[in-house]
Amino acid sequence: MENSKDIFNEKPKSSFAKAFDVISTMASKPSGFIGLAILVFHIILAITSPWFAPYDYKAINPSLMLNAPSSEFWFGTDSLGRDVFTRTILGGRTALTITFFGSIIALLWGGLLGIFCGLVGGRIDDIVMRIVDAFLSIPWILAMLLIVSLLGTTTEVLIPALGFFYGKGIVRVARAATHDVIAKDFIVSAKARGHSNLSIIWNEILPNVRDAILVEGAMRWSWMLLGFSSLSFLGFGVSPPTPDWGLMISNARGLMSFAWWAVIAPIVGLSSLIIGINLTADAFAKALGIDRSTKAPV
Amino acid sequence: MFFLIFKRFVLGLITLFIVSLITFIGVEILPGDACTSYLEREAFGEALAACIKRLGLDVPAHERYLSWAFNVIQGDFGYSLSGQMQINEVLGPRIKNSLVLASAAIIIGIPLALILGIITALWRDKMPDIIISTVAIFSMTIPEFISATLLILIVAIWLEWLPGIVIVPTDVTFFELLPNIILPVIAIAMIMTAHMARMVRSSVIQVMASDYIQMAILKGVPYWKMVFKHVLPNALLPAINVVALTIAWLLGGVVVTEVVFNYPGLGRLVIESISNRDLPVVQALGIILASIYVSINFIADLLTLMLNPRLKTLQTRK
Repeated sequence: MENSKDIFNEKPKSSFAKAFDVISTMASKPSGFIGLAILVFHIILAITSPWFAPYDYKAINPSLMLNAPSSEFWFGTDSLGRDVFTRTILGGRTALTITFFGSIIALLWGGLLGIFCGLVGGRIDDIVMRIVDAFLSIPWILAMLLIVSLLGTTTEVLIPALGFFYGKGIVRVARAATHDVIAKDFIVSAKARGHSNLSIIWNEILPNVRDAILVEGAMRWSWMLLGFSSLSFLGFGVSPPTPDWGLMISNARGLMSFAWWAVIAPIVGLSSLIIGINLTADAFAKALGIDRSTKAPV
Repeated sequence: MFFLIFKRFVLGLITLFIVSLITFIGVEILPGDACTSYLEREAFGEALAACIKRLGLDVPAHERYLSWAFNVIQGDFGYSLSGQMQINEVLGPRIKNSLVLASAAIIIGIPLALILGIITALWRDKMPDIIISTVAIFSMTIPEFISATLLILIVAIWLEWLPGIVIVPTDVTFFELLPNIILPVIAIAMIMTAHMARMVRSSVIQVMASDYIQMAILKGVPYWKMVFKHVLPNALLPAINVVALTIAWLLGGVVVTEVVFNYPGLGRLVIESISNRDLPVVQALGIILASIYVSINFIADLLTLMLNPRLKTLQTRK
């Protein structure tokens, strides 16, 4: 019988085995499998593409301007005669790196501040949440554009700025998740034992809210990618000639009536990556038993 | 109930006050003031001194904040740097244009999202749900500038049905404007509808699983009567707030969409003012966009309170 399993002598699973369990649950549904496959494909592509890119991504060649796709140039050439295939397979590297580190920063500060606010409550919590609300009501694009236009578009500016602006929503999620566990007996007894706030956060709360925060972080990653590409598209992201999908789309857009290939290739690259991360994040949430679909994207 | 509404209203005002502080301090602590960043290389000598004088940058920051905030409360945002125009005059037509775009998208988007959400929930995991949900995931995740670019490429360039770039003369009737705004409205409505339909779907599914609906089924209430009388009122109420947050979140997307279609609304003004480093206009835009966000949420709170009979009798909860 199921119930007669000896739960007291069962060994706790190692974190590696747990991660494997979660991933296999995610891959068991078609949408999760497709998402994971796309994501893994993009990560491998981003890591390995410099070794097999057929041409130089910044080599300008006026005699090859706007060539249609051929056996020589698989995706054609752009308005400066650069190979679109080369630039497309290299185009996700910057976006992936910047948004990956940005999401980690967002997770760290948003998660920790949220847990802290949920734990201490009272006046500090009120003040912090008001400030977070105020930041939420400023459109991210206005704030990001202002920062980037005044401080420059280098990686050192973009990563912390994105990390900051996408972390404020995590504060709310982490705080709500903390409120759910805060009244449980084990927190009360930890307080009674005289543990410090820091130790309670680390040993008691964090293991219980980790799933919710991780799922939120995965979702933020895809939104941040969307935001970063929008910045690039508007000309406030990475600077040319770095190949980047958002920038490539905005450059090729003006000429798309006669050179559609130069705009379609980066569109496919960027869309597939964002869809892949989204499907993965959704499957991740489902595998951990968290329902995100009733949440607004703030 | 009036106390609750009043409390929400005050909270909204406090949020706006903090926003005004943030935009002011943000502009203040970022390197370069309005004059040096606007004049760039010519920022020295007389031109700089005149500019500083004109903007009153020679008085201490807190005094400037007070006088600025005082004027903003009275509806005066001061002068823009580039156009030498009053910011109010710059903003007026832009706000009108953006309102046309946004309200058209909301008028199309909300009913469509309700219908699609209900269909997908009632036919859960069947063909209609699978098809609509898949399309929704695509239109929700693909960035606005990509869907807008694709719309222009397919509808305007390949099929030549509609103009791809919006040309809005100052005085046009609504019907002259219509073909110009169809594509931008579709681009905005697509992503909004997808988000909202997904929320409606899971909200309806949750209510369908609840005890009182099971009870209604057992009592033999006719299916459609049950859906409209028992499920929908309870499912849509919690969705209102989320819908409001989604609409507010899409303000950023409207900016990008307006740039793609070259539409002269608030969004393009954001880009223009930032490219021109016109900080007074940027500050004004920050306050205005934040007030839109706060008011949308306030209206959603009001609607929830008015439509939820349980909250009418409660005085203080939440």
